Amino acid sequence: MTITESTATDVASRDQLRLVIAGSVDDGKSTLVGRLLHDTKSILADQFEATLHASQGRGATEIDLALLTDGLRAEREQGITIDVAYRYFATPRRSFVLADTPGHVQYTRNTVTGASTADAAVVLVDVRGGVSAQTRRHAAVLSLLRVPHVVFAINKMDAVDWSEERFAQVADDVRDVAARVGLSTPEILPISALTGENVAAPGPDWYAGLSLLSVLEELPTRIADVDEPFRLPVQLVIRPRTTEHPDYRGLAGRVASGSLNVGDTVTAYPSGSSSVVVGIDGATGEQSRATVGDSVTVRLADELDVARGEVLATTVPIRTTQQLDAVLTWLDERPPTPRQRVLVKAGTKTTRAMLGVTQGVWNVDELCWQDSSAPLQLNDIGRVSVQLAEPVAVDDYADHRATGAFVVIDPDTGATLAAGLTGADLGALTTP
Amino acid sequence: MTTVIPTATDVSLRELEAEAIEIIREVVAEFDRPALLFSGGKDSAVLLHLARKAVWPAPLPITLLHVDTGHNLPEVLDFRDQVVAEGGHRLVVAEVEKWLADGRLTERPDGTRNPLQTVPLLDTIAEQRFDALLGGARRDEDRARAKERIFSVRDAFGSWDPRKQRPELWRIYNGRHAPGEHTRVFPISNWTELDVWRYIAAENVALPSIYYAHERPVFQRDGMWLTPGPWGGPRGSETLQTLSVRYRTVGDGSCTGAVESSAGTIAEVIEEISVSTLTERGATRADDRLSEAAMEDRKREGYF
Repeated sequence: MTITESTATDVASRDQLRLVIAGSVDDGKSTLVGRLLHDTKSILADQFEATLHASQGRGATEIDLALLTDGLRAEREQGITIDVAYRYFATPRRSFVLADTPGHVQYTRNTVTGASTADAAVVLVDVRGGVSAQTRRHAAVLSLLRVPHVVFAINKMDAVDWSEERFAQVADDVRDVAARVGLSTPEILPISALTGENVAAPGPDWYAGLSLLSVLEELPTRIADVDEPFRLPVQLVIRPRTTEHPDYRGLAGRVASGSLNVGDTVTAYPSGSSSVVVGIDGATGEQSRATVGDSVTVRLADELDVARGEVLATTVPIRTTQQLDAVLTWLDERPPTPRQRVLVKAGTKTTRAMLGVTQGVWNVDELCWQDSSAPLQLNDIGRVSVQLAEPVAVDDYADHRATGAFVVIDPDTGATLAAGLTGADLGALTTP
Repeated sequence: MTTVIPTATDVSLRELEAEAIEIIREVVAEFDRPALLFSGGKDSAVLLHLARKAVWPAPLPITLLHVDTGHNLPEVLDFRDQVVAEGGHRLVVAEVEKWLADGRLTERPDGTRNPLQTVPLLDTIAEQRFDALLGGARRDEDRARAKERIFSVRDAFGSWDPRKQRPELWRIYNGRHAPGEHTRVFPISNWTELDVWRYIAAENVALPSIYYAHERPVFQRDGMWLTPGPWGGPRGSETLQTLSVRYRTVGDGSCTGAVESSAGTIAEVIEEISVSTLTERGATRADDRLSEAAMEDRKREGYF
C-alpha cells in the first residue's frame, strides 16, 4: 500500500497482476506471503503490532507471520488456514492481488478457486524434501486451468546452506514434472522466504537470474488475450427511454478476449443475428476501440433481438451447443447422483442441465486418466458430459479461458457444486 | 517523496473500475430488488459513482439504504441528502433511534451504537424485500474481510459463515439464494484505501467536507480524537482542544475518531496516507479494537 519514490510515469503505467501461491503449508507458504507483504512495506505498524501481540499471547517469542494472514477466529485458534483470502501489495512497477489459498485442507478445490482468476502462480517446493505429491497435484491443476505463467520457487535454501548442487537436483525434478503436466519452460528459482534472500533482496552469487519479486514484476499480463478472437458476453441491455436518451439502446458487458472497433460487424450467439458497431461507450466516455478487460456498452446499427446470456463475436464464430463434453472439478461434499438435475452458468447464461455419468477420473498423483464411472467425490477431477435445456455459446477452455469455463449450481440450495471446463480433452495433460 | 495524482491512463485503477462495473451489472441483471448501502462515506460514494456508470445513460435502478445510528456528523447527513436530491435517487433510512424508542433495541452501557445497526439493517432488508445489498467493503480493511467473497449469501438472520462460503470461480458470480435469504455484494473488494483515493482524484468524486483538514473541538479517548456530540463526552479528565483534523473513515461518532492532519486537498490526502504507518481502521475505529476478531464476530451476526 505504501508507495515511495514513485514517478509520474511509474504510477500512470502501473498495472495489476493476479497471483496465486500454491504449495503445502510446510513448504513455507504463509512465510512467503508474509515476506512479500513485509518487503513491499504493505504491512502497516498497527497490523504488525497486533500480529506481534497475538504471537506473544500464544507464547511465541518472535512474530508469527501466519497470524497476519490467518484472519478467522477458528484459523487462529487451530493454526490452520480455512479459506482463500485475498491480499494486496504493490511495488512502484505493479500492483498485485494475491489469492492466499490453504495448503492442506481441501487442496484441489481451493487451488482451483485461486487459480481460476490468476495471471500467474508461484508453486513452492521445499528444497530439503524436493518434489512432493502436492507439487505434482498443484502443477497439474495449474496446467489444467491454464494459468498463463507458473513459477516454481525452491524454498528454504538457507536450510541447505544455499547448495547450488541441491538446487540443480530439485530443479531437474521440477522440470520433469512440468513437462509431464504440459507446463513448458517454467521459471525455476531458489529463495528463502524466511530470510528474504532472492525474494525481494538479491540471491546468492552463483545465481544469475532475477529475484522472485522481479520475475513477478516482469511477467506479461493478458497481452496474449488481445490477440484472441473477440468475445463479449452480454450482461445487460441498457435502454433508458428517458427524455434525454429516448432512443439509446446498448449491449453492456465486459470484453472477455480480443478487441472491438467501431465499424466492426458483430454477431450475437446463439441467436446468430449480426449488425455493425456504431458506438462504444466506456467508463470514461465514448471510445473507438474496446479491448480485453474493458467494461463497455456497445451500440449497434440495427435493433437486434439480443438479450443477456448471448455472446458477441466478430470474425471467429463461437460454438453453440446443448451438450458440453466437460471436465469437472467436484466441489461439494455430496457426490453427484445419476442424471442429477442442476443449473449451469456459463458466462452470463444460466440454463437448466442434467449431468451424465463419469467417463474417467484424473489421478492427480500418477498424472494420468483412469477409467471410472463412479460418482465424483469432493476434490475429484473427472470427465462428465452435461446435457443442457437450452443452447449456450462456448469455446473450448483450451482455446479460450474466459468463454470456456462454467459453474454447476444446485437449483435447490444455490450451492456451487463444480467448476467446469468445456472440451473433454485436456490438451497436454493427457500425455502419459 | 513525489506524490502523483493519477490520470485516466492508470491501468490498475481502470482494471479495478471495469471489474466493479461488471459486478454491479450482474446485480442489476440478476436481482429483483437490489439496494446500495450508502452512508455518505468515501467507499459508498465511490460505489455509487461506479453504479451510475454501470447503467449509464439509464437512471440507477437501485434503492439507496442508510442505517443511521443517530450519532452521525451533520456534515455527512447533509452530504447524503444532497447526493440523493441531485441524483434523483430513492433513499430508505433505517433510524436506530426508532428501534430504541419502541423497545426493539436497548442502548448499550458504553453508549456506542455501531453494534446496534445490525437489527435495523436486517429488519429493513426484510420489510423492503431487498434481495441484494451492494456494499463498499474492501478486503484490505480487516483480516476477516480479506476472507469475504464478492458475492456472499446470507441466511434470514443475515449470518455470515466463513466455513460455508461458495468458491468464487473465474468471473462467474453465483447469487442464487432461497426466499428469505439475501446476497451481499462487494464490488470494490479488491481495492485498497489508496486505490479509493486515487480514484476519487481521477474522477473528482465529491465527498463530505470532514474528509479534508478542518479546525474542530475534539477530546482524546483511547488514543483517538473524538468530536463531542450526543454520544457523550468529554467526560472526567477528557479536555476539549481545537485541532486541525480530518476523518479517514466515516461512521458512528462514538467510535470513529479523527486524525490530526493539515491535508486540505485530495493530493495532500493521498500524500498523507501514502506515508502513514497506520491502517485507517487501526487509526480511527474503536469498534475493531474490542477483540482480535471483532469484525468477524459482528459479520457473523449480520453486520454489514
